[in-house]
Amino acid sequence: MRPASPDQPFVTGTISTPFVLVPVISTRLSAADRLGAWRVRWRIGRDGYKLDPGLYAIGDPDDLSPVIATANYKLTFDVLRSALDGLSAWIVVLDTAGINVWCAAGKGTFCHGELAGRLLSDHVDQLVSHRKVVVPQLGATGVAAHEVRRLSGFAVVWGPVRAADIPAFLEAGMKATPEMRAPTFTLRDRMRLAPVELVGTFKPLAWVFAACLALAALAVRPLAPLPVLLGGLRNAAPALAAAIGGAVLTPALLPLLPPRMFAAKGAVVGAVLGAALALALRPSPLGVASTLLLSTAGASFVAMGFTGSTPFTSLSGVEREMRRWLPLQIGGAAASVAAMLLGAMLR
Amino acid sequence: MKGFRYVEGTATLALDAAKCNGCKACETVCPHGVLAVRDRKARVVDLDACMECGACALNCERGALSVRSGVGCAAAVIGGWWNGLRGKDDSAACCG
Repeated sequence: MRPASPDQPFVTGTISTPFVLVPVISTRLSAADRLGAWRVRWRIGRDGYKLDPGLYAIGDPDDLSPVIATANYKLTFDVLRSALDGLSAWIVVLDTAGINVWCAAGKGTFCHGELAGRLLSDHVDQLVSHRKVVVPQLGATGVAAHEVRRLSGFAVVWGPVRAADIPAFLEAGMKATPEMRAPTFTLRDRMRLAPVELVGTFKPLAWVFAACLALAALAVRPLAPLPVLLGGLRNAAPALAAAIGGAVLTPALLPLLPPRMFAAKGAVVGAVLGAALALALRPSPLGVASTLLLSTAGASFVAMGFTGSTPFTSLSGVEREMRRWLPLQIGGAAASVAAMLLGAMLR
Repeated sequence: MKGFRYVEGTATLALDAAKCNGCKACETVCPHGVLAVRDRKARVVDLDACMECGACALNCERGALSVRSGVGCAAAVIGGWWNGLRGKDDSAACCG
């Protein structure tokens, strides 16, 4: 395995060891780092937002300093290094192809083989006199502690879920409190993840809008650009409501919406938005039906996608809700389009 | 998890207590307090909180735990079904 290059923007110096040149990393985030974080949260260039895997140093570590494992997703790495300001530690960055710890562990790239391999190839066993490696708790899906010990001689100490708790964890002699071990999912966390879901709706929305414009062009007489545009927007409003309701409002209100299934939570939000739209736009009875059906079915479908962003949904649970709700969502959307076309023909 | 509960009655986690040596690895790695070791034996104390991540089964040296693990992610499930329909390998992409 190739050692990490010192020629990366967050590297401030190097430590010479008998084996490898270890890059020393800054614990301060630059404007470019912050811009990068914002960018990938909006799904711009998220693939490939990574750094060299390998061994790094924070502060001025020695043979007693802790060894901390992480993934080579740049966003993850930035959160970790900014949390370690003022500390000295060795950081072992695993090659997860630029994926975060939780997802990489689930996929099997953040795993014991990779961790043990890095510990040995970067001679970490020669740099420290202890035999402990701190692995984030949510990496346990891919890392078997007993395998790490067998392959490398290092004992895994399960670290806190959140990087911000690492200083307190180290201070307490590598003891994590129950709070440090429990994932949280605050409004702030959920709103940081919402843009990824919202961007996912842009492409289908563009197609829907194109179809809505075409319908408006058929209906509006005399044909003029502005009325067609306004008609198209009016036709597309329920789809827009579905996207915002499912990707932003449902995640925001997640713990307040009573149903357990995300599709049901989204349907509640979509129905409320659809009713508000119907009141605002005052369409024909068929138009009301079409609006309600599309915003409800659409928001339900989009909200279901948010299951992938949470730290508590299970595969079996997601399969159950999809089997129940996908036919309803498809049926609802089809009925909505039928109602809209019927309304247009009767007009 | 505080303030969040998901669909109940679906978790596929199974524990063979006869194989358990009470090492507590499962209790430590589970992020949702599904397992607890009492009287040197692991017990499932909150099955419906299980998100089937597989961390406990992977970290059980004795193989006392089994679970059909995977990501609870609708996009990945759709991807899996789609690949299955096309007769492709069912290793769906994750969302994070």
